[in-house]
Amino acid sequence: MSLITSAIGQGLLWAILGLGLFLTFRILDFPDMTVEGTFPLGAATAVALITKGMNPLLATGCAFLAGMLAGLITGLLYTKGKIPILLAGILMMTAAYSINLRIMGRANLSLLGKATLFKNNFLDSLPQYFDGVFVGMIVIIIITVLLVFFLNTDLGQAFIATGDNPTMARSIGIKTDRMTIMGLMISNGMIAMGGALVAQNNGYADVNMGIGIIVIALASIIIGEVAFGELSLSQRLVAVTLGSILYRFVLLIVLQLNFSANDLNLLSAIILALCLLLPRFRKFLHFDRLIERSVRNDQHN
Amino acid sequence: MTNTTSSVPLLELKHVSTIVNAHTPSATKILNDLNLTIYPGDFITVLGANGAGKSTLFNVIGGNLAADEGDVLLHGDSVKQETEEQRTRFLARVFQDPKLGTAPRMSVAENLLLASHRGQRRGLHLRGLRSHMAEFKTMAASMQNNLENRLNTATGNLSGGQRQALSFLMAVESKPELLLLDEHTAALDPKTSQQLMTTTNDRIAQDHLTCLMITHRLEDALTYGNRLIVLSDGKVTYDVRGEEKKQLTKEKLFGFFDEL
Repeated sequence: MSLITSAIGQGLLWAILGLGLFLTFRILDFPDMTVEGTFPLGAATAVALITKGMNPLLATGCAFLAGMLAGLITGLLYTKGKIPILLAGILMMTAAYSINLRIMGRANLSLLGKATLFKNNFLDSLPQYFDGVFVGMIVIIIITVLLVFFLNTDLGQAFIATGDNPTMARSIGIKTDRMTIMGLMISNGMIAMGGALVAQNNGYADVNMGIGIIVIALASIIIGEVAFGELSLSQRLVAVTLGSILYRFVLLIVLQLNFSANDLNLLSAIILALCLLLPRFRKFLHFDRLIERSVRNDQHN
Repeated sequence: MTNTTSSVPLLELKHVSTIVNAHTPSATKILNDLNLTIYPGDFITVLGANGAGKSTLFNVIGGNLAADEGDVLLHGDSVKQETEEQRTRFLARVFQDPKLGTAPRMSVAENLLLASHRGQRRGLHLRGLRSHMAEFKTMAASMQNNLENRLNTATGNLSGGQRQALSFLMAVESKPELLLLDEHTAALDPKTSQQLMTTTNDRIAQDHLTCLMITHRLEDALTYGNRLIVLSDGKVTYDVRGEEKKQLTKEKLFGFFDEL
C-alpha cells in the first residue's frame, strides 16, 4: 500500500516536469534539452537557499526564477543567435552543471534537519508518503488551472499558433521569437520548481539528478497520450499528470522484478521507446489481421 | 469594379534593389532599381515570368526581406526598418501553399479569432471564442464552400480549397490597408480556384481593399483589377490601368511577353 502511495506522490511531483516539457515539446514542437540542467538547477537553488535559512516556499520561488533565467538564455541563443534548438539546449544544460556545483559548493547537499515544504505539523500527522501526495496534488491543481487559463487567453493562443505554424503566426503579427522565449522561460521555470520540490521530498539535492529526466518527463506526456487518445488541450494537460502517475506504477512493477535502482535510466528509456513505438505496432498488428483475413478469403474461394 | 483610386499614394517603392550573394563574384540583383506606386483602392494584378522578382517584390513589401537599396514608404513614411510582424498592422498576405496560411492543429474558429487581432498586442485576456461564433459563422458562409459547418474542425483536416478560403478570410477579416495575394488560387483545382477568385473579387470590391495579386493566369490578370503590371528582370516593365487595361487582350499581352 505504502509503495502505491509513494508512487502516486512521486507521479504528482514529477508531473510538474511533464507539464513544463509539454509547453515546449508538444506546443512549440521542439525538444528542449535545457531541462536536464534546469531540474538540478532548481534543486540546487532551493536546497542551497534553505540551508542558508531561507523560507522553503520562498526558496522554491527562487528556483522557479533560476529556471526561467536558464530558459531565457536558451531562448536567446535559439531565436536571436540562430543556434539550433537542440544545440542551444545542450549548451545551457552543460553550463548549468558547473553553475549547480557553484551554487551547492559540492556535488551533494543534504537538507537533514532543515525545514522543507514537506515538513509541518499537518503533513507530519499524515500516514507515510501522504505528504508527497498532498503537496503534489495542490501544486498540480494550481499549475493545471493556471496553464488552462493561460492557453485560453489571447496571449496563450498566440503562443499555440507560434508552435503550430510560425509562418502564419508571423504573418498575422505574432512576435514568434518572443513567444518562443516566453515558452522556454515558463517551461524551465516549472521544471526547476519540480526539481526544488523533488529535492525537498528526497531530502537532498545532487548535481547528477538531472541525467535522464527529459526521458521521464517525455514518458509522462507520451503515456498520457497513448492511454487516453484523442483529447482537448485542457484534457491533455490532465492526461500528462495521469501519465506521470501511470509511469511510476510501471516502474514500481518493473522494480518488483528485481531490477536495481541503477537500472532506472535504462528502464525509463525502454518504457518510453516502447510507448513511442506503440502506434507502429498497432499498424503492424492491423496489417497482420488484414493478411489473415485475405488468406481466409482465399481458402474459401 | 469602381475606380476609387485617389492621388495620395498608399505605398511607394523607390529605387528598390535586392542583391543575392552580395560581395561575391556571383552577386546578382533580383529586384533592380524597381519603382512602384500603389494608390488606395488599386487592385493590381502582377504578371511576370519565373525569376522576374514577383515573390521578392512581395517579400520586400511584407518585410520578410530587406531591400538592399532604395526605400519603402507607407503614407510617405519609411517602413523599411519595420519587421514582418510590425508591418501586419497595415498588411495582410495570402500564400500560394494552403498549408502556410493556417494553424493546422487549431480549429477554423480559433484561426479566425487569432487573425482578428492582426497586428495587435496580445495580452492575458480570455479569448472569448464563444461570443464570436455567430459572427464567424456568417463570415465563413460568405465563402460558399461549407466552411461555416466546420468551424470546430482542426484546419489540418480541411480540404485544400477550404483551407485556402480560410486563409483568405483571415487576411481580409480585419480589413488591411494592403492585401498581398501570392497566387493564392494556384494550388487548387480549376473549379475551386474559379470560385475562390470570384469571392476574392467580390470581397475586394465590397470592402474597397487595396490589393496586389500575383497570377500566372492571363485571363485572371485581364478580368480582375483596375491595374496590371508586368515584372521582368526585377523592374516594372509595363504598367497599365483603367480604360487602357480594359482594352487589353490576351493576344496583346502575349505579344508583349514576346518582346521581353
